[in-house]
This record gives sequence, structure tokens and C-alpha cells, in this order.
Amino acid sequence: MAEIADSGGGGHDKKGKKRAKKASTRVDMTPMVDLAFLLLTFFVLTSTFSKPKVMSLAYPAKIDKPTGDAPKLNNGITFLLSEDKVFYYTGEFYPVDKPGPKGPTKLIETNFGPQGLRKVLADLNSYVLLRKEGLVKKVKAKQMADSTYAKEMDVLKAKPEALKVLVKTDKKALCKNFVDLIDEVKIAEIGVIAPVPILPAELILLENELKK
Amino acid sequence: MPKLKVPKSSPAIDMTPMVDLAFLLVTFFMLAASFRPSEPVTVNTPTSTSETIIPENIIMVTVASDGKVYFNLSGAEARKEALTSMMGKYGIGLNKEQIEKFSFMSTFGCSMNELPNYLNLSGDAQKQFVTKGIPIDSLNNQLKDWISFSKKAALNSGKTAYEEAKKSNKNPNIDDFKPKYIIRADGKALYTKAEEVIDVFRDLNISNLNFVTSTEFNPFK
Repeated sequence: MAEIADSGGGGHDKKGKKRAKKASTRVDMTPMVDLAFLLLTFFVLTSTFSKPKVMSLAYPAKIDKPTGDAPKLNNGITFLLSEDKVFYYTGEFYPVDKPGPKGPTKLIETNFGPQGLRKVLADLNSYVLLRKEGLVKKVKAKQMADSTYAKEMDVLKAKPEALKVLVKTDKKALCKNFVDLIDEVKIAEIGVIAPVPILPAELILLENELKK
Repeated sequence: MPKLKVPKSSPAIDMTPMVDLAFLLVTFFMLAASFRPSEPVTVNTPTSTSETIIPENIIMVTVASDGKVYFNLSGAEARKEALTSMMGKYGIGLNKEQIEKFSFMSTFGCSMNELPNYLNLSGDAQKQFVTKGIPIDSLNNQLKDWISFSKKAALNSGKTAYEEAKKSNKNPNIDDFKPKYIIRADGKALYTKAEEVIDVFRDLNISNLNFVTSTEFNPFK
């Protein structure tokens, strides 16, 4: 690396022979290389991680006049979120004073981990997930194009057998909880996700559950 | 036969190719990198497995962990246009310099009344500026106006970009040039606060929203 540069301004030591001083054409590039690599490291480290990702979510449009009762929900699951806690029930909501065929709705607690939410969703949405496996196999065996796969998945997600998800939050739920839940729902290949306001009866149920 | 002289090899290596390469890479990364302008708040976004990269033409609303609301719009021309509309509606006068400065700023979180003072501050002082964020009350919903004016401005600038792309490129997709609506909420912010912002979007018939997230490992890929 190091190169000792000829001491400049010479010419006095050998007075006898007059010879043009041969200055070395080489410049010591070490500091420049140091700088270049320093900058390189800086830019590599800063630029790679700067672009954040986005997760898209379609909200239901606002309706001016709500038309009576909520529509019947076939094959649905409702999540109730509170601070770092998640509860769910499947199917319709039956309040205590109007119990359904299996009595009033009871909330089931789960967690954000792979053994919690992911398992629940994978079990309930097995209709889509099993068929997705078949499609993926076809794509891998080059029997199906990627674009056809994307279309087939959209059709599959919209089928009546596919799971639909409602998300309701109380006042203490954090954005992190909400995003985590939506992320799990997307991992489970669920097409219909609707964040909707919580019903008063559900809120009471959730608060009772939280007190336990 | 003359005696073979073994040349004394110099211990110095020719570093020129290495330097060439190093500078090439430096130049590449310098040009490829886009500098993030300083933000008035630090937002720790939640993580998700989503792989969609944040688009170019965006209208972004930030919800900080304390629930304050900040606004950002991409594109200098669109920012100028939106600001001019807002100045007209709220009767705030700004000089050319201030408008110019605004067009190169990033996220801001102050009401229209505070804006002239805010624009006079330097970058570091702007961070210290005490504000309640952009008002989103039903009586003074400035965020709604910002979004609706920005939507118009961003649609215009997107259209111009599309026309330009059409001239040089074969068939650009017009949807790529339409503004996207982004919510950047801090993971610790209350969801009800984000919901207030979402409701403003929904009031304006914008229902396709995007949450900013940082990357998380997806075990299913």
C-alpha cells in the first residue's frame, strides 16, 4: 500500500551530471480509496433500507342511510380487538337477550402468534387454502401461467365458501394490533376484510371478557 | 549470454481499477439513493409481510404515537397547487418564497393559521415547533380540505407524468400515475385516532387506503 514518494525539490546532491529530474507519475491513491469506500459503505447502508412497504386495505364505502339490520353473514368470523388482545366469534352475533340456536355468542380469546390467529384462520379458511395448494402445484409444474393463477385466486377468494372477516375495535386498540391482524388475515388468503364499527352489545361482551 | 536480471518488483499494487470500481459504485448509489427529508416526528410503523413498495405519487397522512395528525404530499408542483387552493379557502397570505419553501418540504403538522410562522422557521426549529397537528374536528376539518385539494393537484400532476411517459414509453399504465392514499400510523397510536383519519378519507369517497409498514419475514414464501 504505502509508497514512499520521491522527495521533491532535489537536484543538489549530484551536481556533476545534469539530468532532468524524473518525477514519479504515480500518485498515492490510498486516501482517495479510503474516502471512496467510506462513501460506498455509507450509501449502500442508507439506500437499501429506506423504502418502506405498504399494505393496502379497502374500506367499505360510507352509506348515508343504513338500511335496518346488518346483512346476514355466511361463513364469517368477527374479530374484536383491544390493547394487545384479540377475541373472536364465528358466524352471527347473538346477544344475551336474543340467543341463537347455540345460545348467546361467547368470545374466544386468541393471540397474535402463529399458534393463535394464524391457526384459527387457516382452519376456518381451509377451503381456499387447500385449493390454493393445488393451484400452486400447477404453476410449479408449468401447467398454469402466473396471470391465470392470480385470476383463479381472486375467483377463489370471492366464493361463498371462502371465509369472510369482520374487524371491530374498541377504544384501546392500537394501530399495531390492527395491522398485525390484517397481516394474518392476508397470509390466510382471505379476500373479504371489512373493518366495521363495534356494536354496543359486542362492546359490553368484550369489556366483560377483559375484566376476567 | 547476458545475465538475466530479476526485476525488483515494487510492493505497491496498481490500485487504479479498484478505485474506478469504487467510484463507479459510489456514483451509482448516490444517484440511486433518494434522500429522506427530515420529518417533524419519528414514526415507528408496525410490521407486515406485505411486499408492495410505497408508490411515487402519494397523499400521506401520518398519525403519530400521541395521536397528532401530519400531512404530506409528493411532488413540488402538486404541493404548490394544493397550498394555493388552501390559502384561498382559509384566507392566508404567503409570499413566493414561502410557497417555494413549502413545495420542497416534507411532512408538516400545523393548522393554516400557524403555517406562515412555521414556514419562516429553519429546519431544526421546525422540529421544535409546538403544534396540535392538523385539525380534523368536524367544525374545522382542515385535513379534509388538504386531502381534497391535494387529490385534485395530484391527479393533475399524475396526468402530466402519464402524458410524458406515453411519449417516451410504449404503454404506461394510467393507474400507476394516479395518487395513492397512504396512512402512516405509529404502531403505538390508538386505532381510534387512525380511524378518525380513515373516516375523513371515506367521507371523500376514498376507500382504498394503504398502511405503511416495515418488512417482516413471511414464513410462507
